[in-house]
Amino acid sequence: MSRFHTMRQTAAQKFLIIALLACACVLSTLLCVSVGTVSYTFSETVQAFFNPEATARLIVWNVRLPRILCGGMVGVCLSLAGCILQGVMRNHLASPSTIGVTSGASFMGYLTLAAFPQYSQALPIAAILGSFATTMAIYLLAYEKGVSPVKMILSGMAVSAMFGAFNDIIRTFFSEHLANTAGFMVGTLNGCVWDSFFMILPYMSAGILICFFLPSKMNILMLGDEMANSLGLRTERFRLFLIGAASLLSGASVAVAGLVSFVGLVVPHIARLIVGSDYKYLFPASIFLGYTLVVVCDTIGRVILPVGNLSVSIVLSFIGAPFFLYLLRKKNTD
Amino acid sequence: MYFGFQDVAVAYGGEVILEDIRMEFAKGQITTIIGPNGCGKSSLLKTVSRVVAPSAGQVVFEDKPLASYPPKELAKRIAYLPQIHTSPRDIDIRTLVSYGRYPYKRFGAGLSYKDYQVVDQALAMAGLEHMGSRLLNNLSGGEKQRAWIAMTICQQPEILLLDEPITYLDIGYQVEVLELIKKLKERLKITIIMVLHDMNFTARYSDWVYMLKDRRIYGSGRPDEMISAEKMKQVFGIDSQILHDEKNHCPFIIPEKLQQK
Repeated sequence: MSRFHTMRQTAAQKFLIIALLACACVLSTLLCVSVGTVSYTFSETVQAFFNPEATARLIVWNVRLPRILCGGMVGVCLSLAGCILQGVMRNHLASPSTIGVTSGASFMGYLTLAAFPQYSQALPIAAILGSFATTMAIYLLAYEKGVSPVKMILSGMAVSAMFGAFNDIIRTFFSEHLANTAGFMVGTLNGCVWDSFFMILPYMSAGILICFFLPSKMNILMLGDEMANSLGLRTERFRLFLIGAASLLSGASVAVAGLVSFVGLVVPHIARLIVGSDYKYLFPASIFLGYTLVVVCDTIGRVILPVGNLSVSIVLSFIGAPFFLYLLRKKNTD
Repeated sequence: MYFGFQDVAVAYGGEVILEDIRMEFAKGQITTIIGPNGCGKSSLLKTVSRVVAPSAGQVVFEDKPLASYPPKELAKRIAYLPQIHTSPRDIDIRTLVSYGRYPYKRFGAGLSYKDYQVVDQALAMAGLEHMGSRLLNNLSGGEKQRAWIAMTICQQPEILLLDEPITYLDIGYQVEVLELIKKLKERLKITIIMVLHDMNFTARYSDWVYMLKDRRIYGSGRPDEMISAEKMKQVFGIDSQILHDEKNHCPFIIPEKLQQK
C-alpha cells in the first residue's frame, strides 16, 4: 500500500492546510519583526506599523520589515521556480541551479566586479541578465526538434561546469576586486532595504499571477509530452515559457539576496508531501511555505549571531540539507 | 478523405524509418496496424499526436492537413493514447479522467457541471464508476488501462488512436480492454486506429488491417485476407497454421518455426 493512501486529504482539507500556511506567513512576519538584538512586545510592534512616532518605528519599519518582506519574497520566487522546474523537467531534483541560474548569475556577477569594479551597484541587474541568458543558452544547446528534460538537465550541468571554471579563473586573477562578494555568493538578506523590496515585487507578483492560470496546464504536462500534446497543449512552447519564467523568478531573488541555496529544491518537496502533486494546491502551498521558511531561517540567523548575522543561506543549508537527506531515505517521496 | 496518411515519410536524424505511407481510415471502424518490431508503427501514430512531424507528406483530417487545425480543436476530435504512460503517483482515477476535459476548458477556468457529467459517463463506460477515488497506482494493469481509456473518452473524440493498448497486460485484461475498445466503436461510434502485436486479437477485433514491413505498407485488407500463412511468412518470417474460429468468425493462427527459407 502506498503511503499516500493514508496521507490523502480531501479538497477541503487541502484548502484548510493552505489557509493555515497563509496564517503562518502572517504570524512569522509579525514574530520576526519583533525579535532581534532589540525585542519588542506584540503591542509595540503593532504600534510601530501604524504610528510613525512610535519608539520601535525605526527598527521595525525601516530595518526589519523590508528585510523580512524581501526574504519572504525571495522564498516565494525560489519555491515557485523550483516547483515549476521540477514539473517541467519531470525530475524532482531540478532546481534553479539546474537551468544555470546559479552559475550564470555568479559568472555575470564576477565579470561585472572584475571588469567594471566602479559599477558594483549594477550587480543585481547583471545577475538577472546572466541567469536568464544562461538559461536560454542551455535551452538552445539542448534543442533538437524540441527539448527533452534529460537533455536539458545534462546540458545544464555541462554549462554550469564551464561557468564554474570561468569563475575560478576570474577569482584567481582579480581576487582584489572580489573582496566584497562574499554576501552575494553565500546568500544573505543583510543589505535589504525598501528599494530591494520594490525591485523584487514585480517579479514575485507576476510569478504568483502565473500560478493562478497554470495549474491545469502543469497537471497535463505531468502526463508526458505525447499525452499533453494530444490533449491540445503546445508542450514545446509551454516549456520554454515556464523555463523563462522560472529563470526570471530565481534571477530576481539572486539579485536581491545572492545565491540562496536549497529553498528551490526543498520547498516544493515539502509542499508535495503535505498537499499532493496537483498543481492547483502545490503552487499556493509552495508560495506560503517558501515565504515562511526563509523568513524564519533568516531570523534564526539574526538571533544566533546578532553581530554580522549568520546568513540565511547557511541556516537554510543546515536545516534544509538534513531534511532533504531524510526525504531521500524515506520511500515514496518521488 | 476523412482521416488518413498521404504519402507520409518519417525520418529521425536523416534515417528514413517510414516512407510512402498511404492509409485511409474508414469512419466508425476498427483499423489495426501490424508489423514486425521496429517497423515504425508507433512513429506513424506519433505523427498524429504531433510529437513527431512527418518528413514528407501529411496527415489528413477531413481533407485538410492536420497541422492546419488549432491543437485544442483537434484534441476535441482526435484522442491518442501512447504506449507508455506517466502520471504523478498520488493521482486518483477521477482526477486523471477529468484531465480529458482539458481541451474544453476556458483559460484559467475550472471544470463545469457538464464537464463532471462527462467524466461520470466516461467512468461508467469504462466500468470504473465505483472506483473514482482509488489511486491509479493501486489498480491492476487492466483497470489502469481502462482509466487511461476513460480519459480519452472524456475528450469526446470521434477518432481514437491506441498504441499497443494491451502489450503489458495478461490475457484476461487483454480481452477486457479490447472489449471496451469494441464497445467504444459500437456505442459511441468512435473510429478506432490501433497498433497490436497479437495476430489472433487483430483477426478478431479488427474491421480492417494494415501490414507494415521494411518502412512501407506491405498490404491491407480484411483480417481474413491479411492473416494468412503466406503473409505471416513474408512479414514475420514464420510458418503458421491458419484455422478458422467458428464462434467468432475469424481466422486463428498457430505460429510455427520457419522450416526452410
